[in-house]
Amino acid sequence: MGILEVKDVGKRFGGLQALSDVNLSVKENSVHAIIGPNGAGKSTLLNCLVGKLIPDTGSVMFDGQSVLGRAPYEINQMGISRVFQTPEIFGDLTVLENMMIPCFAKRDGAFELNALSAVLKQQDILDRAEAMLVEMNMADKRHMHAAALSRGDKRRLEIGMCLSQEPRLLLLDEPTAGMARADTNNTIDLLKQISDERDITIAIIEHDMHVVFSLANRITVLAQGTPLVEDDPQNIRGNPKVREAYLGESA
Amino acid sequence: MFGLNKKDTSLLIIVACLTMFAPFILNPFPTDSGLAQFNAGYPDLMQRFVIFGIFAIGFNILFGLTGYLSFGHAAFLGVGSYSAVWMFKLIGMNVIPAIVLSVIVAGLFALLIGFISLRRSGIYFSILTLAFAQMSFNLAYSVLTPITNGETGLQLTLEDPRILGVSATADGSIPVTNLFGLEMRSTFEMAVGPWAFQFNAGYYLCAFIMLAAFYLSIRIFRSPFGMMLRAVKSNQQRMNYTGLNTRPYTLAAFVISGMYAGLAGGLMASMDPLAGAERMQWTASGEVVLMTILGGAGTLIGPVLGAGFIKYFENIFSKINDNVLHSWFSFMPDGMEDAVVFLIHPFIGKGWHLTLGILFMLVVIFLPGGLVEGGQRIKGWIQGRRAKDSSTAKETNPAE
Repeated sequence: MGILEVKDVGKRFGGLQALSDVNLSVKENSVHAIIGPNGAGKSTLLNCLVGKLIPDTGSVMFDGQSVLGRAPYEINQMGISRVFQTPEIFGDLTVLENMMIPCFAKRDGAFELNALSAVLKQQDILDRAEAMLVEMNMADKRHMHAAALSRGDKRRLEIGMCLSQEPRLLLLDEPTAGMARADTNNTIDLLKQISDERDITIAIIEHDMHVVFSLANRITVLAQGTPLVEDDPQNIRGNPKVREAYLGESA
Repeated sequence: MFGLNKKDTSLLIIVACLTMFAPFILNPFPTDSGLAQFNAGYPDLMQRFVIFGIFAIGFNILFGLTGYLSFGHAAFLGVGSYSAVWMFKLIGMNVIPAIVLSVIVAGLFALLIGFISLRRSGIYFSILTLAFAQMSFNLAYSVLTPITNGETGLQLTLEDPRILGVSATADGSIPVTNLFGLEMRSTFEMAVGPWAFQFNAGYYLCAFIMLAAFYLSIRIFRSPFGMMLRAVKSNQQRMNYTGLNTRPYTLAAFVISGMYAGLAGGLMASMDPLAGAERMQWTASGEVVLMTILGGAGTLIGPVLGAGFIKYFENIFSKINDNVLHSWFSFMPDGMEDAVVFLIHPFIGKGWHLTLGILFMLVVIFLPGGLVEGGQRIKGWIQGRRAKDSSTAKETNPAE
């Protein structure tokens, strides 16, 4: 029984069957990659996991509880954090404030009318945020506006924000899309380090085969809205069905 | 001090000094000099400065922090005024119960309107609030006449019960608003040479309440709640995926700013116990938006400056008429004098809106951060010059 169990999920947009009969099991503490050609339904599937979309059929269970019908913030409070394709951070706030907000969400829950105590007197939150900044190697940028960060730093910040909530499942949507090779390799190293050092499950949607094969210890191939095969990386590489559907001639 | 850092404390002290010494500061010109009409230190106008300051401070908590632009805040001001006048009619002429009730009623009203309007954001939210405010205005104007007295406006009469006070004073007139016996209209006049300074009880009550409101807004700005509101403005998507529910945050901000508006409305009625539907009209809602943007949205002091600026123009520029202009330019030859007066005429008197509009455009185009940004630029320029001066001084030292 995996930490995330997707059963018979289907989703239709008008005349387009985006997902059909998706079954997926993500094992605890694994790095599970979901790959597939453009339009395979990867992002639709991800949106069904985090509460942005509600599937027409099937079930999504996280740690034995259904996530269907819950708002994104509720699913996040259950322990699923999401990293977006283009980093979603609080651009108008400083890097330190960006890091403090998930710490508040972890401590105080979805809403807390904490209107009279000063932010700077919340020592526990400040300590956690500072520690995470050090871990992400960003302590020297703590007073910068997050919008002024480089693309790679924005990604690091977003991952750090997700980690400071201590999620049990981290979902990444093409985390290296549009990155230079050096930034991509940094991100791979960071994710490797996270998965080695923390008690965390990572599910990653990715286009870049280099990233997928450096990180994943389990891969699901999605094609035309349905899983083609789920296997270990070495078997995926040699699988003729996968070659045909996705890797094509180049593999 | 007061749980604030050094910078905020000094800002609070500056505002406290400005409001406490306002009767002096706003009366720089001797009473019988030609410039006396630029004096703003009379009770009526000073009360308006601080009351609209409260209104704008509250509006800024919503607009400045969350970015939700409400076009219906005058409705809360009007509701506050009506509540306060009803307290004067039913309970008595003490202002405390009136102010308390106006804040509570405006808060409840804001809770209702906010709950519905905040289902949408951006322009749709603005339109919803505008629609609600116009509905409230029209209801107050016609349908709810038994409560609001329609287009005449709600006024005190000699027949009002006033169970904790008297319906009429001994000499048969309507009693005046007071704070435990201290009449709001009582004014102490101090003559110093050619100057006359007026100290009004009502003004000082409003000023103390504004200071409290300003202090509260600083605390909110610096609190985790304030940070969450800025995060809402910055990226709602990230808020939702960080386990935070944005709805209660925006609703709380909306209700708090509605209560500020109700407080302003209650004070307005306490200074002059009548309430009319025109206080709820959309132009009144637009005015507080202008005040906040003109002063600097999202800054602490900006809304207060904006409110003072607009109210000063409204009251001082609108009083300049052609006769005044002719007396100013009487040194010119006749034809030229008439031409100059003709050119300036559209910008004064009833045309003060034109002047305000031009100033507003200039500020928005050249100082997007409002008057506060203007102040910061001047400060930066002075400091830059000083740094330059001292560096050139240092450079010349070795040569000596």
